[in-house]
Amino acid sequence: MRTLTYAQAISEALVLGMKENSKVFITGIGVDYPVGVFGTTKEAFDEFGRTRVFESPSMENALTGICIGAASMEMRPVLVHHRNDFMFLAFDQMLNLAAKWRYMYGGNAGQVPIVVRGIIGRGWGQGATHSQSLQSPIAHFPGIVVLMPAMPADAKGLILSALKSKSPVVILEHRSLFDITGEVPEGYYETPIGKANVLRSGTDISVVCTSYMVIEAMRAAEFLSRFGISVEVVDIRSIRPIDENTIINSVMKTGRLIVADTSWVQYGVTSEVSALVAEKAFGYLKAPVVRIGLPDSPAPSTKVLEDVFYPSANSLQKAITKALGIADITTTLALEIDNFKGPY
Amino acid sequence: MQKIGFSLDSFNEPRLKTNRKAIFESLVEIRFTEEMIAENYKDQQMRTAIHLGTGQEGIAAGVCANLQFGDAVFSHHRSHNHFLASGGSVFRLIAELYGSQEGCSKGRGGSVHLSHNQDVFFVSTAILGESVSLAVGRALAYKLEQRKNISVAFFGDAVWEEGVIYESLNFAAIHSLPVLFICENNQYSTESTFTSRKAVNSEFTERARSFGVEAMKGDGNNIRNVFNLVSESIVKMRENPKPVLIEFDTYRWREHVGPNFDHDVGRTFRSKIELEQWQKKDPVQILRNILINEDFFSDFEINEIERKVLEEVSEQFLRAKHSLKPEIESLFENAGEV
Repeated sequence: MRTLTYAQAISEALVLGMKENSKVFITGIGVDYPVGVFGTTKEAFDEFGRTRVFESPSMENALTGICIGAASMEMRPVLVHHRNDFMFLAFDQMLNLAAKWRYMYGGNAGQVPIVVRGIIGRGWGQGATHSQSLQSPIAHFPGIVVLMPAMPADAKGLILSALKSKSPVVILEHRSLFDITGEVPEGYYETPIGKANVLRSGTDISVVCTSYMVIEAMRAAEFLSRFGISVEVVDIRSIRPIDENTIINSVMKTGRLIVADTSWVQYGVTSEVSALVAEKAFGYLKAPVVRIGLPDSPAPSTKVLEDVFYPSANSLQKAITKALGIADITTTLALEIDNFKGPY
Repeated sequence: MQKIGFSLDSFNEPRLKTNRKAIFESLVEIRFTEEMIAENYKDQQMRTAIHLGTGQEGIAAGVCANLQFGDAVFSHHRSHNHFLASGGSVFRLIAELYGSQEGCSKGRGGSVHLSHNQDVFFVSTAILGESVSLAVGRALAYKLEQRKNISVAFFGDAVWEEGVIYESLNFAAIHSLPVLFICENNQYSTESTFTSRKAVNSEFTERARSFGVEAMKGDGNNIRNVFNLVSESIVKMRENPKPVLIEFDTYRWREHVGPNFDHDVGRTFRSKIELEQWQKKDPVQILRNILINEDFFSDFEINEIERKVLEEVSEQFLRAKHSLKPEIESLFENAGEV
């Protein structure tokens, strides 16, 4: 099968989605720039022009309401935020309106399935307000779908699913994933929403993880396999709705669980998954659950502190060996594969 | 009863006789319904926060009479007027307030989340300014789909304190969208006056114009004035899509939320005398007087119209009061499906 980068897979999905449905349009700051949101909207702009791919002023709040209003007439808006941190300005519209629309109008006002793409930053001085991951605050609310594809094939398939959804969908794309490559099927296909993916099968321990942490988990698993440690990696993919069965089945098999996320631990996805396992698979646990996420501070921007801030394959490797009760493997993995060179 | 889709001539056109009757019917339907809500509210059976628009009905009825099939209305928390004027039924409104399955939003929305799709698309929203951005979005869809429809945003004067209106005006102007921004300026935001909310020399219409949006002011209690201003704008907007803003002066008779008059419950931020002065400019009386004094209708005819509307409102109200409540099992209806 051919390989594409994550960015190319997103781009291909948007073009296919726009061909499939003439009511899809893309908006947001700079979506029609020549660079096209890290290459993801350029092809769509070249193919469909400014009628369907048009930039907006800086207006995250009203623009979200405008997309909802357009969706009330069966349009399918795709709203792009270069950094998901800007979505805080749109929370009223996303959470008070879009998430509740079908429910609070009793189904009589139709549906408003907007698709919101938000990009997560990491490292290279992104700092406190350009490197947050908003999955937990958004997924807290019923009525909204939150997706975090880690693999190029899923980025494509989940965007195409989102464009068919009845619910508003937030897709969080990690900036550090944009250049990774993977096999991506040709043509139109949908990846089901609400299904996790066992990316690597193992028997000793489950690492259930999101987005960029999937890449780090795969590296740790690969490394530890050289020492006879068998790690199962579960890519959550869909934060809400969450695939309880795949996670629980994995824990039932391995008896050990590490949950790794791109955001903070408290009140986060790692806590949600831990609670799920405590409630539904407690008897299968052979060791306490371990949560891996950001340390409990805002993100620093200086490299010296960034180096200890973001969790990596090394933090996972240490947590895995500790959970298995074996001596720490002192080898430190080579530099992260993250080749992001800034500035944003 | 007919509420929308009238000829867009001026209010005084002779052949608008049936339309004038319908506009008056719509106006008194709103008044009777709101008065009946206020009366029945004390029974604790309508367990939803009501924001009555008594005194402001002229704007809703005058604007909505100009709408056509496929247009859209986005309203705010004080939305009963707009719901009824745009084609929603008294039964569905009252059933919603009683938390009934037969309510316009199946008892899931309450007073501030009303919806209907009778000829025009209607929803009301609770958070200030949402109606404005939604209306702009609907208008964007009209433009993209090349439809000759109009999207109306009703909003109160306090929305000028929110950022969302400036973003929305700007976007509507850039894209020449067919949005009719209707500001209902009743001077009060809950109990706050303009002293703490606006610089004396700052005009709302000037703010709109600074974004490139055509803007005008009018007397919202005189429905002839409302109808004519809106109809002139809408005719132009359907031909050449563009946003227009009209600020109407009006007055809220009752308290911000609830069925009482402010002076009756000891509030002093405004006086009974001020209310009484505005009640002399009652939109229902003003239209009544126009219709009788200018020989559009006789006294008898007007009384007959009122009697019939009251009868209809009472019947629907009673039926709604005893309409079906939702099944417990339906709690998750429309909550989860992806």
